[in-house]
Amino acid sequence: MNKRWSVVVVASALALAGCSSDLPADNTPGDSPSSSDAVKSEFFDQAEYNRQLAFRSATPEGPDGKPWEQMLEPELVDTAKFAKPGGNYTLCFSNAAVNNPWRQVGYKTMQEEVKLHPEISTFTVLDAEAKDDKQISDIQSLTARNCSAIIISPNTTATLTPAVEQACATGVPVIVFDRGVNTTCPVTFIHPIGGFAFGADGAEFLKEKVKPGGKVLALRILPGVDVLEQRWAAANEIFAGSELDVAGVEFTDGDAAKTKSIVSDYLQRVGQIDGVWMDAGATAVAAVEAFQDAGVDVPPFVGEDQQDFLRLWVDEGLTAVAPTYPTYQWRTPVIAALKILKGEQVPKEWVLPQPRITSDNVASYVKQDMPPLHYAMCGCEEMPGYPGPWK
Amino acid sequence: MTWRPRLAEGTAPALVFLLLLLIGLAIVGPAYSEPAGYLALLKRAAPLMILAIGQYFVIVSGGFDLSVGALVTAGVVIAARLIGGNESATAWVILLVLGFGLLVGLINGLVTTKLLVPSFIVTLGMLLVLDGATFLWTGGAPRGALSDGFRMFGRGNADVPVLGEVPWSVLILLSILVAAVLFMRGGTGRALVAVGDNEATVRMSGGQVDRLRLLAFTLSGLLAAVAAILLGGFAGVSAQVGNGLEFRAITAVVLGGVLLGGGRGSVVAAAAGALSLEALFTLLNLLGVSGALKSAVQGVIIIVAVAYASLGGGVRQRLRLWPKPRDSVQTAQPASS
Repeated sequence: MNKRWSVVVVASALALAGCSSDLPADNTPGDSPSSSDAVKSEFFDQAEYNRQLAFRSATPEGPDGKPWEQMLEPELVDTAKFAKPGGNYTLCFSNAAVNNPWRQVGYKTMQEEVKLHPEISTFTVLDAEAKDDKQISDIQSLTARNCSAIIISPNTTATLTPAVEQACATGVPVIVFDRGVNTTCPVTFIHPIGGFAFGADGAEFLKEKVKPGGKVLALRILPGVDVLEQRWAAANEIFAGSELDVAGVEFTDGDAAKTKSIVSDYLQRVGQIDGVWMDAGATAVAAVEAFQDAGVDVPPFVGEDQQDFLRLWVDEGLTAVAPTYPTYQWRTPVIAALKILKGEQVPKEWVLPQPRITSDNVASYVKQDMPPLHYAMCGCEEMPGYPGPWK
Repeated sequence: MTWRPRLAEGTAPALVFLLLLLIGLAIVGPAYSEPAGYLALLKRAAPLMILAIGQYFVIVSGGFDLSVGALVTAGVVIAARLIGGNESATAWVILLVLGFGLLVGLINGLVTTKLLVPSFIVTLGMLLVLDGATFLWTGGAPRGALSDGFRMFGRGNADVPVLGEVPWSVLILLSILVAAVLFMRGGTGRALVAVGDNEATVRMSGGQVDRLRLLAFTLSGLLAAVAAILLGGFAGVSAQVGNGLEFRAITAVVLGGVLLGGGRGSVVAAAAGALSLEALFTLLNLLGVSGALKSAVQGVIIIVAVAYASLGGGVRQRLRLWPKPRDSVQTAQPASS
């Protein structure tokens, strides 16, 4: 009986052992590009890059201390045709997924934001579980549900575009946030500055802190995701224009054990690593531990705003920077929806500030009682239920 | 040579493959010119080797255990949540994680033997149940933190007389390996292999087939829990820690020349297969093979190694059916098999 299964298992085991420990093709020859012959990523877009880098120093409009209500260089549009005074709103939300700590923290924050507004009587949420086809049918089902406004956090850009267009066509105001779509039909598209700025924040820090000729290791989660590709494209651009030597570019799958192994192997192969750039900080702690366990000093590090990394940073006195993709952006769609339903103007593209955490302010973001994977930039500390739901 | 080690059939090719990889490492990586480098490799490979040993028990008795990856994730996530950084909780949480592994293995075994569901389906179901339950409980993001005491087993070193600093995980691995070898050489171990070879014969000669199968699944569950403790210690809390581990463990066992469907293969070879997988990963990293090429190279090497190992077992029969490449195959065959 069992022998019949063996063919199936051998086939799948071989296939998976090959893939599970590694990743599909990367179009750029990422082997060991030295600073001189670095190839420009196909995801690099000079105009957008310049725009995002300029946004970082622009002064946002909006209330001080509430970055989730601020906007950078807004082009306001009229929403009078969507005005629906009287409250009793049914707010609908098609969520791409809640499958990682970032989306988890964001979604909690959004739920708490909804509670702040008594005029929202129902908050209907459909979770697409990271599947495009499920999200397409989720959006279709929401358009038939009498929603006052539909918020969409798309799973992927191109595939979801027609579904978003269909939702727009029903006349209900549509708000898109986080990842974008290839259509201008939503009333507003909310997002932080973006991937180029994120990648540049880390790369510029290393350019400043690592001595010329120093070896930098770049750790990426996986290829082909535009948000992550943009981060690397910007970093690649900055490294190419610096005297840093990119010793390697590796994909970690977001797996802590694999990250630790890769960093340990590099320490042996290259001898010394003078800086580590990461496109997302989820495995930053594992990467730092690889240096600690090897008994060498931890070089300048690029992480993210997760509590475990921030704590390690403060405890060990690391030289580090944490660019953020702030989870407070999950508050903004709810605020935008209410503005639209009240007929107030909103920006066509709502660009939120995207702060970074530096050695000067890291201590204020460390929250000892929060879970290790909590994102500090949640803008949720002042919310009534804090910290209960986020724990 | 007058002394010949008592190697089970199929062990030699697996060890030769491992030796080749280790020699490769010694040439490529300066750290592998001294024992410390190999200790670090063993430490990193220990969780997979322990999983492979557990998987070996199940496979050699004619089953599959696909639930181990999900069990590892569940173990780490449960431990992090219950410990919550609280050092004093370490001891009972470790016991609880081990108990949980034991329980899951027991359920797998009971459903397989009593309800007569094929183990492939039972453990696949268990994988889904555990994945789903872990996701439901954590909402996709693990909470809590592991204590230093818990992480010590996967990360720290123990002071051993004579040898000096040896990673805890290596000590745990070695004791499990020795125990497994002794177990497989005893009566119960031989009966376990016999069940995989020919269940009816064992049954007719009075063997407790169901009890042996149950034992195999329980051991696999328990060892998966041990692997969870080591992996959590090595790299910290993550909800992805066990992803794909079941397939890597099965691949390791096959790489060790163990016959899928049961009845043939040695536990040492299964562990060597796991170490080979990890050494291969490290070797490709050290060589700087990157991206797409690394997956491809890894896949080809694994297929070739498995083909080679299986030729080591039934080579005579194969030669009769397929006489042409006789010379090349014969030269490839190691002397000791």
